[in-house]
Amino acid sequence: MTDFLNAIVLFANFVFLPGVAYGAQLALGALGVTLVFGILRFANFAHGDLMAFGTMITILVTWWLQSMGIGFGPLPTALLALPIGILGAIALSLGTDRMIFRFYRVKRSATIVIVMASVGVMFIYNGIVRMIIGPNDQRFADGERFLITVREFRDLTGLDEGLAVRLPVVITVVVAAIVVTALFLFLQRSRTGKAMRAYSDNEDLALLSGINPDRVVAVTWIIAASLATIAGVLYGLDKSFRPFVYFQLLLPIFAAAIVGGIGQPIGAVAGGFIVAFSEVMLTYAYRRFFEYFGFEPDGLMQLLSTEYKFAISFVILVLVLLIRPTGIFKGRVL
Amino acid sequence: MKSSLRTMLAASVAGAAFMAASTAAQAEEINIGVILGFTGPIESITPGMADSAELAINEVNESGLLLDGATLVPVRADSTCIDSAAAQAAAERLITVDNVAAIVGADCSGVTIAIANNVAVPNGVVMVSPSATSPALTDIDDNDYFFRTAPSDARQGVVLAEMLQEEGITDVAVTYTNNDYGRGLAEAFAAAFEEVGGTITINAPHEDGRGDYSAEVGALAAGGGEVLVVLGYADQGGVGVIRSAIDTGAFDRFVLGDGMFAQSLIDAIGDDLEGTIGVVPGVEGEGSEAFAGVAEAGGVNPSASYTGESYDAAALIALAIQAGGSADRTSIRDNLLAVANAPGEEILPGELARGLEILAEGGEVNYVGATSVELIGPGEASGSYRQYIVENGEYVTVQFR
Repeated sequence: MTDFLNAIVLFANFVFLPGVAYGAQLALGALGVTLVFGILRFANFAHGDLMAFGTMITILVTWWLQSMGIGFGPLPTALLALPIGILGAIALSLGTDRMIFRFYRVKRSATIVIVMASVGVMFIYNGIVRMIIGPNDQRFADGERFLITVREFRDLTGLDEGLAVRLPVVITVVVAAIVVTALFLFLQRSRTGKAMRAYSDNEDLALLSGINPDRVVAVTWIIAASLATIAGVLYGLDKSFRPFVYFQLLLPIFAAAIVGGIGQPIGAVAGGFIVAFSEVMLTYAYRRFFEYFGFEPDGLMQLLSTEYKFAISFVILVLVLLIRPTGIFKGRVL
Repeated sequence: MKSSLRTMLAASVAGAAFMAASTAAQAEEINIGVILGFTGPIESITPGMADSAELAINEVNESGLLLDGATLVPVRADSTCIDSAAAQAAAERLITVDNVAAIVGADCSGVTIAIANNVAVPNGVVMVSPSATSPALTDIDDNDYFFRTAPSDARQGVVLAEMLQEEGITDVAVTYTNNDYGRGLAEAFAAAFEEVGGTITINAPHEDGRGDYSAEVGALAAGGGEVLVVLGYADQGGVGVIRSAIDTGAFDRFVLGDGMFAQSLIDAIGDDLEGTIGVVPGVEGEGSEAFAGVAEAGGVNPSASYTGESYDAAALIALAIQAGGSADRTSIRDNLLAVANAPGEEILPGELARGLEILAEGGEVNYVGATSVELIGPGEASGSYRQYIVENGEYVTVQFR
């Protein structure tokens, strides 16, 4: 029995908790991508760098708050700064839409043209973030780091294996759950949410029934920018902030959105967790895990070496596009 | 048409005048290439290295004793640290356009191997690298044109293994940064550690610049071991691996290679780093003290990475020129080992003028320099390391090896 518990704790510590946190972060990112795709009808490559921009504003405000001696008790100060980061990202998104994307929307340009414009926007955001905060690692997490440390867990339970529950992981899961629930309620129940879904289903019909397209577009950007900033700040609190890493996150985020079915919010959430757990579970070495069940494996029992972690998103992307291009929840075909 | 003809004529006249001027200058000026990664991953430490090399060059010039009043002119070029093509182009330019007599550099092992194999050795130009430590450089077919004042990581691997043996640690997990430096050091350490009877449970690379190292640490924890040996960079993946290992309770004691030695590591990790041990190239003695004085007078931080090695690299080239009585490239190659090693008068930093004087009179010198230079094997530093332990948030020296 103890062996069994040890194995479960080991698995939770190295696979389950990291997977849940990473999955929640990807899910929030993928929700933004999928909303923009569903309503504005293009894949927004600038989303990863929008995350970086919102997080950067949050970090700068966090530093300012810290220098003023304002904290948030055991919680990270960044949560206090988050609303301002969100406002910054919203302002940037609406400004970009006004200056760039609206031009193509009014002209009814082909999707690929708008996608290429978003690549350009990505590079501009990229440059802005690097100019302001620089390309290096920034850590801005403060407050308590652990809800329970490995040592405390071992003393408490008497098991050989320990389980560390880090505060950022808990915050990530709680915040993600709240945000996702709120978003779904908004889309299902509120007038604006219904208008957005109608616009997404059939643009012309929605316009005929008196829905204001500018309003729908603006609300979409506001939600996408908020989600991007929240996802970025949670990722930064849990891991660390580096502009290049956020740019690289674009791949797993797109993989998540497409696996779930692009344009489908519920699919984005499911896809986020599928991608995260595939990455963690395929690269974990299960030797100790099996040893608790009485096996004595010779090797590390590792399916893929950790260098291939990033390739997993690619493989998932390719497999889904080949086998089921609409994704799990029957989204659109890209 | 007419005006463009006139411009061309003017340009060629100007060009001819310039060429004449530069040939005239060559009689007393000797160009020395300084090729370091002024952009790229180690751009923060290369300015100090270049300044140190130029400190030695200035010291030689001020003495006025080199080859009856010749002056050395440093020419900087960018190795980028990681882009071999760019580094080779830069080295090519130094040799063909600037006509350098010898090169101080390069810095990172990968680009140094590329420059040595494809540019410097085929052209017969001496390279003295202050910081390339890959064991692979010991075995390159260099026709004796490649030297280094930094020790090979093969030596560091042995030093780390001896240290662990004395601490009574027998099972270790190893993670290294996935590049020429990390892989070479990890292989050297693994070979040396297994030779003294230790066991390596897992030897896994990590990529620099990632946000998340939980998967890497999970694999390392599955391998197990008493300590985690981290052979990476303090500002890169190395710190991420250590933080993740502490957070998940995978390891609570660490052994560090030279790339991890930085105050920023202690600042980032804090108390959990207590008891961590490691090695970093370092010497004690009058050489390093003398260099500290010279460097501070010249506005260079003497304890910054590889500054002493850079000073020594440039000083060795100057002494070799003097010993051979000529800035001829082959003559520099043939005389470099003789000035670096015994027998001869010992020369410390700040005493280059005396060394030049002795050589001019036909005597012999044994350049000690900032890092107790002793070139062994195919012309690389024998390597002296400082063993440290982290206590109360500081690196405390235990002994020199």
